[in-house]
Amino acid sequence: MVAVTYEPSQADQESYILCADCGTVIPSSNGAGLCVGCLRNSVDITEGIPKEATLNFCRGCERFLSPPQSWVYAQPESRELLALCLKKISRPLMKVRLIDASFIWTEPHSRRVKIKVTIQKEVMANTVLQQTFVLTLVVHTGQCPSCTKLAAKNTWKATVQVRQKVTHKRTFFWLEQLILKHNAHKDTTTINEKRDGLDFFYSERNNAIKMVEFLAGVVPVRTKSSEQLISSDKKSNTANYKFTYSVEIVPICKDDLVCVPQSLARSWGNISPLTICSRVGNSIHLLDPMTLQQTDVTAPIYWRQPFDSLATQSDLVEFVVLDIEPSGPQRGKYMLADAQVTRANTGGKHDDDEGMGDDGIYHTRTHLGALLQPGDTVLGYHLTNANFNSEEFESLDSGRIPDVVLVKKTYPNRRKKARPRNWKLRSIAKEAEDPSNDPTTVGRGALGRRGGVDQKNVERDYELFLRDLEEDKDMRGAINLYKSSGVVPEGEDVKMATSTPGSGLHGGKRRVKKATAPTDEDHSMEVEEDVVVSDGGADGDNESEEDFPEIELDELLEHFEEMDMQDGEDGEEA
Amino acid sequence: MATRTQFENSSDIGVFAKLTNAYCLTGLSSSSNFHSVFEAELADVIPIIHTTIAGTRIVGRLTAGNRHGLLVPSTTTDQELQHLRNALPPAVAIQRVEERLSALGNVIVCNDYVALVHPDIDRETEEIIADTLKVEVFRQTVANNVLVGSYCALSNQGGLVHPKTPRAELDELSSLLQVPLVAGTVNRGSEVIGAGVVVNDWCAFAGLDTTATEISVIEATFRLQGQTSAAVINEMRDSLIDHYA
Repeated sequence: MVAVTYEPSQADQESYILCADCGTVIPSSNGAGLCVGCLRNSVDITEGIPKEATLNFCRGCERFLSPPQSWVYAQPESRELLALCLKKISRPLMKVRLIDASFIWTEPHSRRVKIKVTIQKEVMANTVLQQTFVLTLVVHTGQCPSCTKLAAKNTWKATVQVRQKVTHKRTFFWLEQLILKHNAHKDTTTINEKRDGLDFFYSERNNAIKMVEFLAGVVPVRTKSSEQLISSDKKSNTANYKFTYSVEIVPICKDDLVCVPQSLARSWGNISPLTICSRVGNSIHLLDPMTLQQTDVTAPIYWRQPFDSLATQSDLVEFVVLDIEPSGPQRGKYMLADAQVTRANTGGKHDDDEGMGDDGIYHTRTHLGALLQPGDTVLGYHLTNANFNSEEFESLDSGRIPDVVLVKKTYPNRRKKARPRNWKLRSIAKEAEDPSNDPTTVGRGALGRRGGVDQKNVERDYELFLRDLEEDKDMRGAINLYKSSGVVPEGEDVKMATSTPGSGLHGGKRRVKKATAPTDEDHSMEVEEDVVVSDGGADGDNESEEDFPEIELDELLEHFEEMDMQDGEDGEEA
Repeated sequence: MATRTQFENSSDIGVFAKLTNAYCLTGLSSSSNFHSVFEAELADVIPIIHTTIAGTRIVGRLTAGNRHGLLVPSTTTDQELQHLRNALPPAVAIQRVEERLSALGNVIVCNDYVALVHPDIDRETEEIIADTLKVEVFRQTVANNVLVGSYCALSNQGGLVHPKTPRAELDELSSLLQVPLVAGTVNRGSEVIGAGVVVNDWCAFAGLDTTATEISVIEATFRLQGQTSAAVINEMRDSLIDHYA
């Protein structure tokens, strides 16, 4: 028996039928029994897919609403916009296969976005149909919630008023950096600058409370809360309030000279009444530079019996250390020493400027024994020729008041060189307040730095604040410094600062170079020329300041623009 | 003539009716519309029997038959069998079949001379089919489908098969059946021919969805159009001459 295999030819495998609708001969392999035209006529695979939809667009920030509630930037005819548009019909699109989608050009101001969408769907067993349709999206303009919040004037529900009644702004510069570091301002709707302080506005009360607690954690404060009834519904027993938290910061800053009342000094471990404020955390640290005795004044204790500072940082004058002799006791980084100093800006003259009959050399005891070397420049309060209007100071035994109280080492030679800073700080861009609202407001922009009434003072304070940061490593550790990309010449800042003669913080040399720099006092002019002479002699001592606490590159952070990367370690001023 | 009808909103009338040259079975329905359509066409020629098989209405799928006989599944009740016996012409034999594939309409398709059956059907059933229906039995598939009854409609004039039946298979089947076969669809593209159309030598019923094209294919295939008596006599004469030549 022979097995015969029968192999039908390929042509015989085909079969043809008549299309059920139009009767044309079609291969039966399409499974529907209909020709393509009839099939397309009979089934609409785009059925159930909306051909028109709306896009919500915010006029203020030019973002599109990406449902349910995020707002995204999308260029016209961009990938993002296409994704957004297809998302509008995503549910019906689940049932079909999306093959292609492209924009059809429309006039931007027609407020229409047209998209050509190609889809495929299996209509019957083994029959896939492809169809193209146009999706028209109408752009509805409106406002996103964040723009609404910005636009509306009176949407806040709670406000935190932070005040410090001092003449400078340094505390607020510091506070700004702390807030930025801890991202404490993230729920804030508006920040306004007011006289002696800042107002923070919140849409929720608990955000304001959180801010108050943050402030109480980093600075010594006194808080008062009050509320204003906006409306009430007696039927349902609900009421609508506006809450105001008044936060007052203790008006004593770092390096201030403080004279506490005798009675208080006794109760604080019998400390000498004349102290300097060595540091401000959430309490004030007072240090007696004569004995290294320290006391810690917490905010409640302070507010029980408040006192003012006797002299502040602007009263500091420069001294040159002639001799220093450690006298033993040491406490932390402080070491007691006997020092001989002379006023720096009297130059080579040993005459008595003030007519007090001395030779211009002062003997004093200082806590900076570990830091100072002969020849160093140091800032201090010159009490001999100071005139304080304070009862506590009057009541002190005049024989026990030192001539000079040295406060901190300074590095004037460092400032002579026009060296650009390789770091910068971030800033909370504060809203310029509308002057028409409130005639009592002062300053505009971020803490008055962007112009305004007392811009000069603020600029000076900011420069001093930056110097403080440069000279104090502990202070830097508590905040975020960023690498500066474009290096800005420091000269600008210095010029700004030179307009305040008497602060005694600047070397004279560069001022003479800028001979045209405006100086309003003849006296200071003379003095500066003298300095040039002395500088000429001591030109080599630039190298003597190698103990300057340089800012290491690894202290600086990258990504200046990135907002939310730092909320790690908890650091208050150390 | 081909007539369009539907059974209670369903176009699959082959499920609910069985049509042969000697009788017609229709399923029991809540309205008599379906039955009436058959009555209008056939009442004065052949008996139209309103019945259930095994208590169901799907009489077309459960039974197989031609003018010689009727096969019913083993699940048919005695009462139904009695009713059918009473209604059918005496020349038609009726036989209950003990077959695992009990939907006989799906597994058997036949005209008065030949039958195609499911390849897995019992040898005993095959014999019963041959004896009762007086047909030659072929185990076959149609376009790779074993349910030949579902994908095929057959009369003594012609046959309509599954649309995907290849040309070669079409030739093979028509040489077995000795009738011309056409691949086609019913009910607007449906490939279940057996469910969409019931047919005998002079009339056909198709589902209501069947399009004009499909009707024309059915009529051409089963030679239902233009069959004047003269044409029939001519044809009979030709075959007689053929037979006695």
